[in-house]
Amino acid sequence: MIPTSPLIGIIEDEVSIRKFLRTSLQAEGFSVLEAASAREWIVLAKKDVPDVLIIDLGLPDRDGKDLIKEIRSSSMIPIIILSARDQEKEKIAALDAGADDYLTKPFSMAELFARLRVALRHRQQAEKSTPEIPAIYEYDGVRVDLVTRRVFREGNEVKLTKLEFKLLELMIHQSGRVLTHRWLLKEIWGPHQLQEVHHLRVFVANLRKKLERDTARPSIILTETGIGYRLADSSFLSPPS
Amino acid sequence: MMERPNPNELLAEVSAADGQRVRGKLKVYFGYAAGVGKTYAMLESARRLQAEGADLVVGYVEPHDRPETEALLEGLEALPPLLVPHRGVSVREFDLDAALVRRPQVLLVDELAHSNARELRHAKRWQDVEELLDAGIDVWTTCNVQHIESLNDVVAQISGIVMRETVPDDFFARAQEVALIDLPPEDLLDRLKQGKVYLPEEAERALRGFFKKGTLTALREMALRRTAERIHVDVERARQIRGDQRSWATRESLLVCVGPSPTSANVIRSAKRLARSMQAELVAVHVENAGSKQLDSAERAQLLANLKLATRLGAETVTLAGIDPVAETLEYAQRRNVTKIIIGKSKPASGWFGHKDSLSDRLIRDSGHIDVVVVRGVGESLPPVSLSLPPQSSSLAAWLFTAATLVFCTIASWVWHFFDFTEANLVMTYLAGVVFISFRFGLWPSVVASVAAVLLFDVFFTLPHYTVAVHDSQYLVTFAVMLVVALSIVALSNRVKSQANLSKRNERRTEALYRLSRKLNGIMGSEFLIAEAERTVAQVFGGEVAILLPKDGRLLPVFGHEASFVSNPNEIAVAEWVLHHDQIAGAGTDTLPAAQGLYCPLSSPHQTVGVLAIRHRDVEELVLPEPRSLLEAFTTMIALALERDRLTLDNQAAQVKAETEELRSTLLASISHDIRTPLAVIAGASSSLMQEQTRPIDPKTRQDLLATMMEESDRLTRLVDNLLRLTQLSSGRVQIEKEWHPLEEVIGSALRAVDSLLVGREVCIHLPDGLPMGHFDAILIHQLLVNLLQNAARYTPEGSPIEINGANEGEITVIEVADRGPGISPSELETVFQTFERGRAQRSDSRGSGLGLAICSVIAKVHGGKISARTRDAGGTVFRLQLPGGGAPPPRESPDEEAEDP
Repeated sequence: MIPTSPLIGIIEDEVSIRKFLRTSLQAEGFSVLEAASAREWIVLAKKDVPDVLIIDLGLPDRDGKDLIKEIRSSSMIPIIILSARDQEKEKIAALDAGADDYLTKPFSMAELFARLRVALRHRQQAEKSTPEIPAIYEYDGVRVDLVTRRVFREGNEVKLTKLEFKLLELMIHQSGRVLTHRWLLKEIWGPHQLQEVHHLRVFVANLRKKLERDTARPSIILTETGIGYRLADSSFLSPPS
Repeated sequence: MMERPNPNELLAEVSAADGQRVRGKLKVYFGYAAGVGKTYAMLESARRLQAEGADLVVGYVEPHDRPETEALLEGLEALPPLLVPHRGVSVREFDLDAALVRRPQVLLVDELAHSNARELRHAKRWQDVEELLDAGIDVWTTCNVQHIESLNDVVAQISGIVMRETVPDDFFARAQEVALIDLPPEDLLDRLKQGKVYLPEEAERALRGFFKKGTLTALREMALRRTAERIHVDVERARQIRGDQRSWATRESLLVCVGPSPTSANVIRSAKRLARSMQAELVAVHVENAGSKQLDSAERAQLLANLKLATRLGAETVTLAGIDPVAETLEYAQRRNVTKIIIGKSKPASGWFGHKDSLSDRLIRDSGHIDVVVVRGVGESLPPVSLSLPPQSSSLAAWLFTAATLVFCTIASWVWHFFDFTEANLVMTYLAGVVFISFRFGLWPSVVASVAAVLLFDVFFTLPHYTVAVHDSQYLVTFAVMLVVALSIVALSNRVKSQANLSKRNERRTEALYRLSRKLNGIMGSEFLIAEAERTVAQVFGGEVAILLPKDGRLLPVFGHEASFVSNPNEIAVAEWVLHHDQIAGAGTDTLPAAQGLYCPLSSPHQTVGVLAIRHRDVEELVLPEPRSLLEAFTTMIALALERDRLTLDNQAAQVKAETEELRSTLLASISHDIRTPLAVIAGASSSLMQEQTRPIDPKTRQDLLATMMEESDRLTRLVDNLLRLTQLSSGRVQIEKEWHPLEEVIGSALRAVDSLLVGREVCIHLPDGLPMGHFDAILIHQLLVNLLQNAARYTPEGSPIEINGANEGEITVIEVADRGPGISPSELETVFQTFERGRAQRSDSRGSGLGLAICSVIAKVHGGKISARTRDAGGTVFRLQLPGGGAPPPRESPDEEAEDP
């Protein structure tokens, strides 16, 4: 399913981070295309088309958000952004501008690989003429059958409301990816429905009550503080023992 | 001019060598009549200078169609004249703005005394020249002796022609160079006959009278004397600069009395000539009593003109207020150490009983050691109007009430008479009536009432009744006494009333000033200051008031004022001129008088901070010396208040900056240890791993080293995160975004962030069912909880349990993090939240660099809540966070529909 040697584009001005990413990614079997600035990238991008793009938000020559918008205007290539701890606003802006996921520095390679796998999988899905939607989502004792629209926890059926199911279904389609509050609100209530974020939080809290073992330590619907939610990726993350 | 240089001026002159360079030099080609060749001489020198390579431009030269002049103009760079439409025709004028843009080294501007068309910026050309000099351009110009302000009246006497175009003496005196262009009168008359002298057609006949040998000789003498005086001054000045120690006699100080009569102007000019010849300073004084408000408009205009004349002549103008002009003038003169008082001859004032001493007589009598010089005013010598008692406006109603009062008195007297009261009672009744009338209805009704009272008493109550005649001649004495008493009462009460009016007006102004100062002192923020200032100025002076401040390089009204006059770009241009020149201008002044508003600079000692604009129906009233000085007091006060406000802001900013700086440096000093330790560990461990090839490392050690590196990196990351957060929070740049959050969500995300630290511990979370949501900034509270949990994980024994409790107490959201560690000593429970405070029990419970808890405390504070620590009963510490609610929390139940059917 995954190409033998996916090409990863990296736009990052720090030499040491580029070096560390290159070494680690190559060791894992990825090919790497590097640029130190947005300008350099525009030249490189004319020759090769990478499968996933990693963009640092603190580029010297270009606002990361603008760059993402520009890339999005012509390509649906998955974009993962790297940001510093104090860049919450920029991070959200970049996600709203079309970035698919983010990593906060410092990050471990395990996290990066997980993000890359999710991104590559979604890219493949998108490239297929008829996207192959998984019929069953199964993770940490929860099983969701998207065909019969039934939900089970530890084998017992759980009753969800229509909106709860809609929310869960939406998250399953994007499992492993970060989903911003704004995106979720728009998907559930429509673009013109201006619900407050706390409505979404109430829904998620109720959904967690029905699915999670411990709502204060959720394992399925994870909180990305200040940004949104992420559904645990069933295909690649193994449930904690 | 024979101004004796005083030491300060000299000092200024010596030290301001560059000042001279900055300001342009003025050279005047000075003559005694048209046709002596001033323009010609000026152009000749110009050609010479140009030949030497100077940057010289002809700004404006009257063409006059003289071939010699035109020949000289050839080859000189000239600015095109400005064509100004004026009453249907196009008038050629000097283009000041073009000259300022061109900025030549030397500019030629003919006819210094010329009056500009009304549409231009300045009323007079000499004001244009002043601006050129200010801009650092040297100016050459021409001027005739009859145009010098203080000689104006003398010239009028000699020639019979009054010159309307004049140049202030002061301005002329400041010329660095005066070149006298002389031509014997005979030669001038010859040239006139040959038609070589240009005279404007309309004035030709009048000017013919001017060109008589006698007149010309007199004018020539004046011009020569004037130039000689200048040379004398130059010599004096030079001697002073060389350090000649010759001592000067004490400076003379002259005071001239100014009234509203036209002759006063002549007196002022005479005084100026005297002052110049004595090298004395001149003060022009006008005494305003309550009556001068009632001057008719022509007299007011005359008074204003006289005061303006005095200002133009370089005199200081002062307006005094009081009933007795003589006493006020003398008192002021003594205060100012005036040595001579100059006054015009005045007719004796008419008093109630025959003639009173004239003003000049009284001055002479009471002046003591001050000399009084009485000079003749030309023409009819009117007594100064300001001396007479105020003519009260007498309306019909006042007369009717007067009549009614008298009728009432008569009826009352009739009653007394009927009861056979003595006549003294009747007289008293009438006098009471007169007192009432004089207080209520002013001068004339009360004077008439006094006479009428006597007549009524005579007609009704003396024998024979109903005739004027009296039998008993004793009554004549009664009548006389009655009349005298009545008139005295009238005079006294009138004086009291005038004084009262006067002091009321002064009081009102003083009070306004005091009120403004008090209000401005109590206000912070320039917008509030300006709103208050505009209100107060409008209250005191009337009219429409706006304050303009420079913003982004442009001058704008602080408050919208869309519909007001200040939104007009032309008005803004005037305001900008005022701001840059720090001078009053606009309606009522000589500069840019065509503007709708009067513009006063708001000048503090350091700079001009803005402009005050007033549009007033009687703008001329505002520029009278007295209101103007009040206005200036107001503007200075406003300027100072604005500056004070700005300084306060700057101070605050500086203080915040200093505190931030201090925080930063303390921070750096105290955390350098915390940074170095993990770095040392990482560097050491990695160097060990690097040596693996030479000296093998067993897999377990290797794993340990890697784990240590990882751990120390985490520690460093946390430290940097905390530092970042702390600087952000303490700089005030962080905007907190409160939203409603379920507590379990933020607790969950914090627990996930410290997951690896909590391995092997039991974490108990107690959240009651249906706990309402909290209102906070999730990112900050997440960080706070992470810090508390990290501390709990690091400073309590491995494997000991951690408890997290959520609760709701009224509107307050409470989150507690409790551990079973060694606890914090009671004395440190408070201080543990201060920056860099670390628990004393270093071994057992040293909570990081002290940054973690300090940040917790700041985060709680920015939420309006608080964090506290207490010791647990069975050992350990509880950290308790309390956050205020944000009103009613939204419901936790989803307003959703029925559960979906399978």
